Amino acid sequence: MDAIILQILNGLDKGSAYALIALGLTLIFGTLGVVNFAHGALFMIGAFCAVTLSKILTLSFETVDETRTDFLGNPLKVKTPYVEAWFGPETGGMLIDWAVPLAILFSIPIMIGIGFIMERGLIKHFYKRPHADQILVTFGLAIVLQEVIKYFYGANPIPTPAPDALTGSFDFGVLLGFDPNAVIYPYWRLVYFVFAAIVIGAVFAFLQFTTFGMVVRAGMADRETVGLLGINIDRRFTIMFGIAAAVAGLAGVMYAPINSPNYHMGMDFLVLSFVVVVVGGMGSLPGAVLAGFLLGVLESFASMNEIKSIIPGIDQIIIYLVAIIILLTRPRGLMGRKGVMED
Amino acid sequence: MLGLNKKDTTLLIIVAALTLLAPFILNPFPADSALAQFNAGYPDLMQRFVIFGIFAIGFNILFGLTGYLSFGHAAFLGVGSYSAVWMFKLLSMNVIPAIILSVIVAGLFALLIGFISLRRSGIYFSILTLAFAQMSFNLAYSVLTPITNGETGLQLTLNDPRILGVSATADGSIPVTNLFGIEMRGTYEMVAGPWSFQFNTGYYLCAIIMLLAFYLAVRIFRSPFGMMLRAIKSNNTRMSYTGLNARPYALAAFVISGMYAGLAGGLMASMDPLAGAERMQWTASGEVVLMTILGGAGTLIGPVLGAGFIKYFENIFSKINDNVLHSWFSFMPDGLEDAMVALVYPFIGKGWHLTLGILFMLVVIFLPGGLVEGGQRIMRAFKRRKPDETSSETTTEPAE
Amino acid sequence: MSKSNLTRRGLLKTSVVAGAGVALPTIFTASSAAAFTNEPTGGSVTLGFNVPQTGPYADEGADELRAYELAVEHLNGGGDGGMMNTFSSNALQGNGILGKKVEFVTGDTQTKSDAARASAKSMIEKDGAIMITGGSSSGVAVAVQGLCQEAGVIFMAGLTHSNDTTGKDKKANGFRHFFNAYMSGAALAPVLEKLYGSDRKAYHLTADYTWGWTQEESIVASTEALGWETVNTVKTPLAATDFSSYIAPVLNSGADVLVLNHYGGNMVNSLTNAVQFGLREKQVNGKNFEIVVPLYSRLMAKGAGENVKGIHGSTNWHWSLQDDASKAFVKSFGEKYGFPPSQAAHTVYCQTLLYADACERAGTFNPCGVAEALEGFEFDGLGNGKTLYRADDHQCFKDVLVVRGKENPTSEFDLLEVVEVTPAAQVTYEPDHPMFAGGNLGSCNAGA
Repeated sequence: MDAIILQILNGLDKGSAYALIALGLTLIFGTLGVVNFAHGALFMIGAFCAVTLSKILTLSFETVDETRTDFLGNPLKVKTPYVEAWFGPETGGMLIDWAVPLAILFSIPIMIGIGFIMERGLIKHFYKRPHADQILVTFGLAIVLQEVIKYFYGANPIPTPAPDALTGSFDFGVLLGFDPNAVIYPYWRLVYFVFAAIVIGAVFAFLQFTTFGMVVRAGMADRETVGLLGINIDRRFTIMFGIAAAVAGLAGVMYAPINSPNYHMGMDFLVLSFVVVVVGGMGSLPGAVLAGFLLGVLESFASMNEIKSIIPGIDQIIIYLVAIIILLTRPRGLMGRKGVMED
Repeated sequence: MLGLNKKDTTLLIIVAALTLLAPFILNPFPADSALAQFNAGYPDLMQRFVIFGIFAIGFNILFGLTGYLSFGHAAFLGVGSYSAVWMFKLLSMNVIPAIILSVIVAGLFALLIGFISLRRSGIYFSILTLAFAQMSFNLAYSVLTPITNGETGLQLTLNDPRILGVSATADGSIPVTNLFGIEMRGTYEMVAGPWSFQFNTGYYLCAIIMLLAFYLAVRIFRSPFGMMLRAIKSNNTRMSYTGLNARPYALAAFVISGMYAGLAGGLMASMDPLAGAERMQWTASGEVVLMTILGGAGTLIGPVLGAGFIKYFENIFSKINDNVLHSWFSFMPDGLEDAMVALVYPFIGKGWHLTLGILFMLVVIFLPGGLVEGGQRIMRAFKRRKPDETSSETTTEPAE
Repeated sequence: MSKSNLTRRGLLKTSVVAGAGVALPTIFTASSAAAFTNEPTGGSVTLGFNVPQTGPYADEGADELRAYELAVEHLNGGGDGGMMNTFSSNALQGNGILGKKVEFVTGDTQTKSDAARASAKSMIEKDGAIMITGGSSSGVAVAVQGLCQEAGVIFMAGLTHSNDTTGKDKKANGFRHFFNAYMSGAALAPVLEKLYGSDRKAYHLTADYTWGWTQEESIVASTEALGWETVNTVKTPLAATDFSSYIAPVLNSGADVLVLNHYGGNMVNSLTNAVQFGLREKQVNGKNFEIVVPLYSRLMAKGAGENVKGIHGSTNWHWSLQDDASKAFVKSFGEKYGFPPSQAAHTVYCQTLLYADACERAGTFNPCGVAEALEGFEFDGLGNGKTLYRADDHQCFKDVLVVRGKENPTSEFDLLEVVEVTPAAQVTYEPDHPMFAGGNLGSCNAGA
């Protein structure tokens, strides 16, 4: 039982990442009808916003310590971060420690900006082009973005820890009446789940309860008619692209402490997030979220030893297997609308 | 000629001339000059050009004509490679049975996957094919290792129980692939002044097979069957209202293109008897999609150009290092030399991905029809200058 | 039909000289002119450095490339000579190899067997490389080794740790300086016994491909010999990025040691995840829960940050070693590039020197002669103490380092500290050891 609860938690946690990426991807599909292969790269850039902020905060000046030597036998250069020098080791240290949560604030304007530039500078010209062209151009962009990151940060993963206060794990089982230490779960992963829920809720509320959201939803359903009503739908779509980029970026920022970011993490998620979106059904935001959590949980269960011993290798293929089964039993995924991206 | 109209015959002759003279065309720079770095006329790369050309031609029969975007075509190439290597291990080092088996196995695999995937269309179809291919890749890399040899890739050993032929040659080596005794790796080298040209048996086998494959593709494009496939692309609904069931046609196209992929896989294994699992990964499937779009989807020659373009960058640009750069710019004053090297360095060697990504974007932004459109524009500009010249229309014709 | 698959730049030069001013093309078959593949006939010899330049191991590949360039510089008499001064063999003069200037070409393996072979082939066919070296994974090493055997050039393996490279898949033209999974197990076991006792329950997470399996097999065998119990061995997909669902079952499995048979990005993530789940603070069976990472790489340890502290593993070489050779190497590498070399850099530097030295001693570039010179060669002064290149399987036998993640690093490079230097005798095995059985060197191939 405790094992199952743990795997459900793991599944929800993985599902949060899938759902956030798929949500942004669906916003772009649904609103703009663009197949965005650069979406994984946006997630990656989000994670590197966290890396960059912690690098900025740890920018240091060097002082030579004559008493110690470095690996070549020269006097050791000791680095002191500027923030520690300015605000004192206490406050400065705390700023550095809390780099990842701070990066949330730092990343939102950056990601929205990147989204705007991408849409206005590139994607805009591809609305009327075939999907194949969109794939080629966004894939090219994804390669360029990740190579730029690789150029500046190298290929190795960069550790980006969560704040000290949130690095431990939480004895979840005691709440549910299990023995102590039976079900423990890392704080940061719980934070990630809650954070994802808030972001998803905020996006839905925005689309549901604001006039802006209403127009966008109308535009998703019938772009032409909305345009005929004299509403500037294009400008709103640009904003939606910015929001989608920000959602992907936030997913990335918060993911950085879970797994050290590297330049190809976006590509690792790209294929998976497309599967999630399609399983959820094209053009359906709730579908994308639902499919994200569903696939996350199923993936976690498939990696349990009890299940692997019955079907070896099931954890390698579960996502794809489930995708095939769902697409064959439900022609448009879980909640897809008729006629979206079907030809 | 050969049942083709004049335009297609010209095209076929041009392609034939280009492939057969490739050892000259691809080695334009003297072997000792600094530009020799850009020579691509060595056997391995020439083989790759034509093999990936076959792969892309086949993919284009499905994608270019029917519009069905398969994202799992690499699985058929991989399956073809594995069957070919198994044939070398078990039957004989002759490439013919290996290639035949790889085409058959890939065809059957394509029939199975196509039958299931073609129940859906659009992006749902793409994701189904992607899912099948990724499953094949993941399994080949792990639990199917007894058949595929996992990460390392399936290769020949000294203990293969080869029925027709020996396990090891007299001097204790693994025998090499051959065509009735003619070794695939045999190479003639011709030196003309400072130039050198390599003529490789394996390459010419691949080239001839590619020409046949190309010819077959032209026939398919021009046939009533090809017309039917185009109808699927332009308006599937209308087609079904006229009482035609599109699925058997689409499935036939899927299987044919799967067999092309299997042929490419079989040839790859025949040139170099090793089948790696990465051949089936989604990135490999994505690569053929990129090749086709880059060259010009739906055109006859486009996919081949796209394949050549990508393979050229992969193999030539990745090999330029800072040493080479310094030797190129060594005529400049020191400071300028370093500046130039620093400027170019991010785009070559380990940065070849970056160059490729930028070129993808440039091509698709400025040449919506792919490289073929670039060719057509040059051609048109050329014609404008000489309006009196009577030449045939552009060499290719997009499907849509 | 001629049987040769090569270009020969050196050869071209001579034929250019011979045919200067002759307009007619000279056609000849390559085999008639050369004794072996890519025989260097001009004033220079070309080596092929085939390393991952793109993909997850790109940084490791870049470090290997730095070491290669340094080795070439030293071979040609430049720089301070590095380990050439400490090397026990004095055949190298600093005038290239056999008097020919050393040149090199580079390629990108992309950490894929196919791409690595394509790159190696282009070096052999186009650039006339006489030796191929490099790589950062066992799959690639085995694939390229097979190619070099067929083409008739020497392959000096880079970072490859699987038993198969010099076991099941060994080749007469292939040589490995790096240690292997069996040696990791043999070196780690006594240290683990001393630290954690002989009554432990181990849980293995293993990357699901050939290298992972051989390492799991080796570590299971050597820890069970101590009396440890293996609770479970679980395979994880190579593509996995989040290991939480594999770590969670460890919590209540009754195991008190977690062995991570992962490398590269897998290792960074699985270790990070394990620490997140509080395994380090856990008490099981009245003992502290421990994590072991059998194959350590400093470059990768950096990616795991704080999490490596106090975690044991093994490594081929580390820059903090204090013998003359290691100090000389760290000095010349550090002065050129500004940071200490990784173990990958060290092994490829050694391989280049060993190859060059073997050519000098054999007096030829002929792969068969070079192989003979390397087989059974005993040397010292390359940073690992007394070392033997065993003739039976072309594996180097030398001391293995057991290291631990440092608690108080003084710099960003100072991540590992050497706990013990396990002597070579303790990690030596019989050539027909079951973990290495099934292969056959075959006979050396000089091509042409």
